[in-house]
Amino acid sequence: MVRVDIHSKVYTQDKIIGELAFNAKETEIVAIVGPSGAGKSTLLNIIAGLDKNFVGSVSLPRTKGEKPNIAYMFQEPRLLPWRTVLENVCLVGDSTPSSFQRAESLLTKVGLADQLHAYPRQLSGGMRRRASLARAFLPRPGVLLMDEPFVSLDSPSAEALRASFLELWDDCGTTVVYVTHDLAEALSVADRVLFLSASPATIILEVAVNDKRPGTSLAKSIQSLQNQLLVEHPRLLNGYS
Amino acid sequence: MVSSASENLTRLLVLIGLFIIWQLVVQLVQPELLPSPVQVLEQLMVEIANGDLVYHLLVTLKRVAISFAIAMIFGFIIGALMGWFQWVNLLLDVPMTLALNIPALVVIIICYIWFGLNDSVAILAVVLNKTPMVIITIRDGVKAIDRGLLEVAKVFNMSHLKTFWNVLLPQLYPFILSCVRNGLSLIWKIVLVVELIGCSNGVGFKLGVFFQYFDIAKIFAYTFAFVICILLIETLIVQPLERRSHRWRHG
Repeated sequence: MVRVDIHSKVYTQDKIIGELAFNAKETEIVAIVGPSGAGKSTLLNIIAGLDKNFVGSVSLPRTKGEKPNIAYMFQEPRLLPWRTVLENVCLVGDSTPSSFQRAESLLTKVGLADQLHAYPRQLSGGMRRRASLARAFLPRPGVLLMDEPFVSLDSPSAEALRASFLELWDDCGTTVVYVTHDLAEALSVADRVLFLSASPATIILEVAVNDKRPGTSLAKSIQSLQNQLLVEHPRLLNGYS
Repeated sequence: MVSSASENLTRLLVLIGLFIIWQLVVQLVQPELLPSPVQVLEQLMVEIANGDLVYHLLVTLKRVAISFAIAMIFGFIIGALMGWFQWVNLLLDVPMTLALNIPALVVIIICYIWFGLNDSVAILAVVLNKTPMVIITIRDGVKAIDRGLLEVAKVFNMSHLKTFWNVLLPQLYPFILSCVRNGLSLIWKIVLVVELIGCSNGVGFKLGVFFQYFDIAKIFAYTFAFVICILLIETLIVQPLERRSHRWRHG
């Protein structure tokens, strides 16, 4: 269980996040949708423990006093340019042969079997994103955070990446908290969607998606759910309920 | 920078051409103070045969190696601290700027006057001259480190050692190599001056002796031997390292 309970986050005198609390159950996928500049990335950095300068608390599942086993897929793939794709993925694991095999199989699953020994600059943007996805799943994370994972890709690449993500998530049973500004995408992937207000961010609406995860934002059920939401809350995506 | 075989051939021909012109000038003008390449080569053979050249060359190379290593280690540590901690940078910024602008000769003379004419002081003088440059370069390298990649290491619980080898050091590689390159070319020049002023062996000392006798052929012979040594170090050690660290950019 992930428990997030933030009272405020101030950055250079601007209050970016206000009262903001939510939980994420085991194996649940929670999408956070909000207008750009609403502090979505800041929120993820706080959950990841990279930003400790806030008022409130975050509790992550941990196994007997160890560090919480989290993974973070940043908005840019953030691969080490001087390491091959395989080395990049292996680096976040322990250096055992089984971890190495897992890295290979993860990369194969995301469709990079032929690029194991390529350097990141030889890959396309979509491929780098996939490598970063494989890296995120290597340590079998208890919690996976993702920052706009499917953004700025052409739609077939985004669909493929989404399919890979759902497949890996299914194998691993990870709790996922991810932010996006694409409502249809959030509805098609997540169990629950939280809507943020404009800065300072608070949760203005919570929608449970009961539909069986279609994975594609083009599914009819998703389209109608999206339309229904936008009719009820016309300015939802601008941060007003 | 891949150069084709024909480009390398051109470079070689230019070098040979220079030697031919030099030989011709000496034969035509017969200047008193310019020996011909052939005379220089003869003296080089003499000095190699009597063992002097090898001895003094090794003494000098040893001084270069020791002072180079010390300057790199201290420069790296202090430079990394300055790049990482703003307050260390604030504290040492002015002293470093001063140190960078003190002429090498002044440092050498002061060291000899204060600490005496001996081998360790010779090395100290060289180290004091070189370290500030390493510090400044490494500081800039550390300042340029991509914090985003460090966040990756942190989130995924990478050990400090692993982070250093895989995330930090590769980013500092170009800066370290630039220190090595500039370091070699600067240090051997300073070592010669240090030896000229206050040592009783080494290439610098021998050059001083030949200067007193106006033995220009021997001065040239020692210079050539020394330059060739430095070029060999550059080609056999520095350049392969550089290629290795750039592999990922091209591949």
